Amino acid sequence: MAKKQSLGSIFTAGFVKDNPVLRLVLGTCPTLAVTTQAMNGLGMGAAATLVLIGSNVVISLLRKIIPDSVRIPCFITVIAGFVTIIEMLVKAYMPALDTALGIYLPLIVVNCIILGRAEAFASKNGVVASAVDGLGMGIGFTIALVLMGSIRELIGNGSIFGIVVNDGSVIQPMILLILPPGGFFVFGMLIAWFNRMADGKGKEPTTLECMNCPQADACRTSEGGLE
Amino acid sequence: MENKLLVSSSPHISSPVKTKNIMRDVIIALMPALVASIIFFGARALLIEVVSVATCVVCEYLCRKIMKREQTIGDLSAVVTGLLLAFNLPSGVPLYVPIIGGGVAIIIAKQMFGGIGQNFVNPALLARIVLMNSFPVLMTTWPVTNFDTSDAVTAATPLALSKAGQAFPSYLDMFLGNTGGCLGETSALALLIGGIYLIVKHVISPIIPCVYIGVVFVLAAALGLDPVMQILSGGLFLGAFFMATDYVTSPLTNKGKVIYALCMGIMTILIRRFASLPEGVSYSIVLMNIIVPLIERKTIPLPFGVVKEAKKK
Repeated sequence: MAKKQSLGSIFTAGFVKDNPVLRLVLGTCPTLAVTTQAMNGLGMGAAATLVLIGSNVVISLLRKIIPDSVRIPCFITVIAGFVTIIEMLVKAYMPALDTALGIYLPLIVVNCIILGRAEAFASKNGVVASAVDGLGMGIGFTIALVLMGSIRELIGNGSIFGIVVNDGSVIQPMILLILPPGGFFVFGMLIAWFNRMADGKGKEPTTLECMNCPQADACRTSEGGLE
Repeated sequence: MENKLLVSSSPHISSPVKTKNIMRDVIIALMPALVASIIFFGARALLIEVVSVATCVVCEYLCRKIMKREQTIGDLSAVVTGLLLAFNLPSGVPLYVPIIGGGVAIIIAKQMFGGIGQNFVNPALLARIVLMNSFPVLMTTWPVTNFDTSDAVTAATPLALSKAGQAFPSYLDMFLGNTGGCLGETSALALLIGGIYLIVKHVISPIIPCVYIGVVFVLAAALGLDPVMQILSGGLFLGAFFMATDYVTSPLTNKGKVIYALCMGIMTILIRRFASLPEGVSYSIVLMNIIVPLIERKTIPLPFGVVKEAKKK
């Protein structure tokens, strides 16, 4: 980090501007899988936030010791330790949440947000800044999950946080929204919305040159493509 | 700067064929099916069609307005989408179903991707699939036609009957449209009249519908199904003439069209025969819509006079 950031800007970066799910598009697997209900989103977000803060702090403390060549295994070990603690706590005190989250709770170990923040932030910054970054990113993740969970639960099941608001007597809930395709629909629209909030309008869509196309080699229209 | 001299490279001849004229022809071609739907399912059918078209037009207008883009409701494409969507609904659905469907078709499938010419799948079909998966019971409850002599209130579609191993209606009933089904899909006769009108007016090329229906016929016979019944039932005629031929989501070259229609036919019959769903037209068209860019890439015609290079090793 060449530029020194203030703690406040580190903290709020994860909310909208660098929202891990909706702007950086990291950790989409748990996002799509657990957000069938707002409550699951909140639980998942809280669990990931705790892991994120813990791993960021420890990795930041160890950043001078961890050799560069084996940093990824070291990060994973630290993260796995915290995930195990959280998993045991959830199993002990919130068995219902544990059932709802299923495999996605232990899978926080390989969640790219946590590894990404360890790699991109904690391994280069001090302890306090890393803890603040972990908290901010965690809150951003939770915001995205709760938002997605609420929309999907409200339209797909007619309830929000388990409270029934639409019993289907007038309009039946659209069950598509709690099925996987609905997750993608809501995800795409929230990404569009967050991009709009972060960048504002007026940004022209960038048109890629023909040569930037991954198929350019096979394509006749691009120069010199015909091999 | 109002009367700027427009300087452009050739060609300078402007064609009278505009999106609006094409869409007007499509609407005219859909009229026989609309009349058939009213004859068989009564005023309720007309109501659903009106609500669906109105929703699509209003959504299109609002979307363009909010996104501050050029207004495109004048090209009538939203009307076509609305009609096609209504034709994909049973006559008994509550009115919020066409409203939600119209919103999904125009806002999500069309305007979110940039409006007419940019949608990657047929908007009406995407809306149908969304509705089908959202309201599975409402979308598969087909009221009987006005000419049904039994006391039943609902009827199964011929495809569902055939899948369940029961007797299906006579060929004549299926050809005329006197069976259970979605509004616009039952009457093969009305759809055929509309389709022939479009082919005669050169709005669509006959390749896609002919290959599509032909493949379904042949494969049905090969797999031991009743081929005549397979092509007359379900949404095959509606899909083949009006939805698979959508300019935006079908290939440009004749070779591409053949590949596209061939794959749709195979997919339709495989879904009908082996999958748990009775009908596969909508899924096969949407899946092939997504593959169209790949077909286009493989079927780029050589410019006139270019000799195909021998394969270098």
